Amino acid sequence: MTQPKRLGYSYRRHLGERFIEALLFLMAFVSVAITIAIVAMLVKESIVFFEHVPLWEFLTDTEWTPLFDNAHYGILPLISGTVVSSAVALLVAIPLGTITAIYLSEFAPFTVREMAKPFLELLGGVPTVVYGYFALLFVTPLLQKIFPELPGFSLLSAGLVMGIMIIPYVSSMAEDAMRAVPMHLREGSYAMGATRFQTAIRVVMPGAFSGIAAAYILGISRAVGETMVVAIAAGMQPNLTWNPMEPAATITAYIVQVSLGDLPHGSIGYQTIFAAGLTLLLLTLIFNIIGHVLRKRYREVY
Amino acid sequence: MKDKDLGEIRAIIARHKLWDLIFMIVGIFALMIAVLTFMALFAHMLIDGLPRLSWDFFTSFPSRRPGSAGILSAWVGTTLVMLVTAAAAVPMGIGAGVYLEEYASKNIITEIIEINVTNLAGVPSIIYGLLALSLFVHQFGFGQSILSAGLALALLILPVVIVATREAIRAIPVVIREGAYALGATKWQTVSDHLLPYSAAGILTGVIIGLARAIGETAPIITIGALTFIAFLPPSPVKAEFPFISFEWLMAPFTVMPIQMFNWVSRPEEAFQINAAAAGLVLVVMTLAMNAIAIYLRYRMRKNLKW
Amino acid sequence: MVENSAGGNSTVDAPHAQYKSEVRNLSFYYGAFSALKNVNMMLHEKKVTALIGPSGCGKSTFLRCFNRMHDLYPGNRYVGEIILHPDNINILSRNVDPIEVRMRISMVFQKPNPFPKSIYENVAYGLRVRGVRQRAVLDEKVEEALRGAALWDEAKDRLNQPAYNLSGGQQQRLCIARALATDPEILLFDEPTSALDPIATASIEELIADLKDKVTILIVTHNMQQAARVSDYTAYMYLGEIIEFDVTDTIFIKPKNKQTEDYITGRFG
Repeated sequence: MTQPKRLGYSYRRHLGERFIEALLFLMAFVSVAITIAIVAMLVKESIVFFEHVPLWEFLTDTEWTPLFDNAHYGILPLISGTVVSSAVALLVAIPLGTITAIYLSEFAPFTVREMAKPFLELLGGVPTVVYGYFALLFVTPLLQKIFPELPGFSLLSAGLVMGIMIIPYVSSMAEDAMRAVPMHLREGSYAMGATRFQTAIRVVMPGAFSGIAAAYILGISRAVGETMVVAIAAGMQPNLTWNPMEPAATITAYIVQVSLGDLPHGSIGYQTIFAAGLTLLLLTLIFNIIGHVLRKRYREVY
Repeated sequence: MKDKDLGEIRAIIARHKLWDLIFMIVGIFALMIAVLTFMALFAHMLIDGLPRLSWDFFTSFPSRRPGSAGILSAWVGTTLVMLVTAAAAVPMGIGAGVYLEEYASKNIITEIIEINVTNLAGVPSIIYGLLALSLFVHQFGFGQSILSAGLALALLILPVVIVATREAIRAIPVVIREGAYALGATKWQTVSDHLLPYSAAGILTGVIIGLARAIGETAPIITIGALTFIAFLPPSPVKAEFPFISFEWLMAPFTVMPIQMFNWVSRPEEAFQINAAAAGLVLVVMTLAMNAIAIYLRYRMRKNLKW
Repeated sequence: MVENSAGGNSTVDAPHAQYKSEVRNLSFYYGAFSALKNVNMMLHEKKVTALIGPSGCGKSTFLRCFNRMHDLYPGNRYVGEIILHPDNINILSRNVDPIEVRMRISMVFQKPNPFPKSIYENVAYGLRVRGVRQRAVLDEKVEEALRGAALWDEAKDRLNQPAYNLSGGQQQRLCIARALATDPEILLFDEPTSALDPIATASIEELIADLKDKVTILIVTHNMQQAARVSDYTAYMYLGEIIEFDVTDTIFIKPKNKQTEDYITGRFG
């Protein structure tokens, strides 16, 4: 007969468990490593760039022609393109996204909501290059019928399509926030004799403020960082303008333009895309910080 | 209540109800805009591109002559890039998700990781392209290869997989874990024997949604410097002689579907734009099918949820 | 959304001056489930009526018929009548707008549910919903309602602070003020103290006793002592039916029905 095993501490088992935990931790830590790598890489390559180009010139020069013989390195034209196309997109996406969210959350019958939600999700999955194609070959010709002077590339057409593309993101996140508002608040409002619209505007929307703000911030981030629609439909020519009817390059479109060419690794032209990338990251960072502050300040307790 | 007051209240209610009705119409209209735009997009591509979709289109290389150009190198490239992406993002995303949900103690490092995952999801995709260009292409010397592209997209979809894994694991009730521990299982045994199998459908949903996004991503791959005109296939992963498997294809230059489409869209000739429509049609059907599968899986899962 | 098999006639004959409301043959269905079965009762004007009974007996369901809250969810159905005096209208009638009913009959919920707004805006909400905009009118009504809810002294210096800064008992009094601001004819209370501590409960009960001079009150409570303390009339409900309805003292001292007696004396429920 064998001796019954004593209850003891298995070092082998313990070690194996610790090894697995360490491995899983490393996998989780990859996300932090990615962030560090992104920042380090952008800063490293940008430092080389800023040794050639003074920061002041980068921020104030009104021309961006790094690939010309007479090179200018002013980021303003790229920023103006980004701001105008994003503004057009948000003018479409925020109102329509919000209205859609309110409708789905407070008005739509159960079956409509159950059908519309997955469909909107599907729309969010359509590749952006396809939307670019649509903007260039469908929306632009359509707009040219209304505005005959509209050029073949324009911030307007890219922005409009981008806005429609962003609607599902804004509406789905805003709707989730509104549905998270507890039913007893709605009942409180209905019990006072409020209509659906009054309840939605006066109780549900303020109650979901932080979530709706997060949805808007996500929409802004998407618009600012969107690449293919603007690269295809807004043209890739840097142009300091605030007029959506003109063609202009965004930060992202410029990066695409340079990448399509064949710039040698380490040249100043190569470094410009990292300086542009850093600017883009800072822009999205600013919006995310604003969103974070808004959420912190208006966090709702039910 | 006085009749006068009552009349007044009724007038107010009627006015407010009119607003309800108006908003209802505006809401349906807003919902329809996104939907109708997509319909228009799809119809436009269908009309232009459908006639181009033939067997030859799938088995031909791109060409200077639009009539004989095809997407062979593009779909092969997409498939191979997706293999790399899945191989990198799936284990890493699941591992990270399991760690954050089951292992992580509440401390500052965990919090940093969590904030990071959220923030990474908001980083524009082209930034990942720049990272891959600097890190994979030049620093690691992978070059403008399938490997670089696959890894870049893997980083991009990592947050999607992590979040899906966490949500799926979180949905499993505590009693299941306690049941396993009560039988003497270790933490890893609990995870691998119970939590992962039970959350498989949820994780799979996230993986499919992530890959569908990766398939359509264009910007990061352009940034890496993928060539747009590739008239050859990468070396085959299967060899006739020992050891029968080769990884040479990882280092091969390549193109993918969205880049091929982008290339054709930017051509001024209308015949190429028809090719773009056809390629777009293939791309949209692919991503929509993947997303639809994921949404269906999730729907089934919610319906069959046992606990 | 809500089907209503109650008669299309919204006016009925034979008014009873002493009654604020009469419930006639009321049944209520959640889909196929019958939650109330042929309930008959009356609310005496400017008195407190309490609904007691074990949980799940339908007392909250019954209360929520009075302001048509069930209309908010699909698949609910009323049969029968709740007559509101002095107008003699059946408030369950298809022809009567639930919003109008809710403007005249206010409700205080089980859990304090102030809106994520300031104290002032919470109280003013019902008036704003009616389209009142003049600051002077709002100020006056808000003060009056807060005084009525015994919250004015505590709240007058911080009217613009978020309502969530108040304690649980204060929040519930705020909800009462919110309900009072619109001068309702009936005030419904759905277990208003179940989420509160004993001290806050005592202050709410005191408030209810004060309020009955101004308004007719119907209160659901899980607490028999509370019913005995605050109400003038009590109805004992069981499985969707009213087993006994009488003056509170009668119900608690010499109930006619054996079931009621068992419940009151704690032998059941």
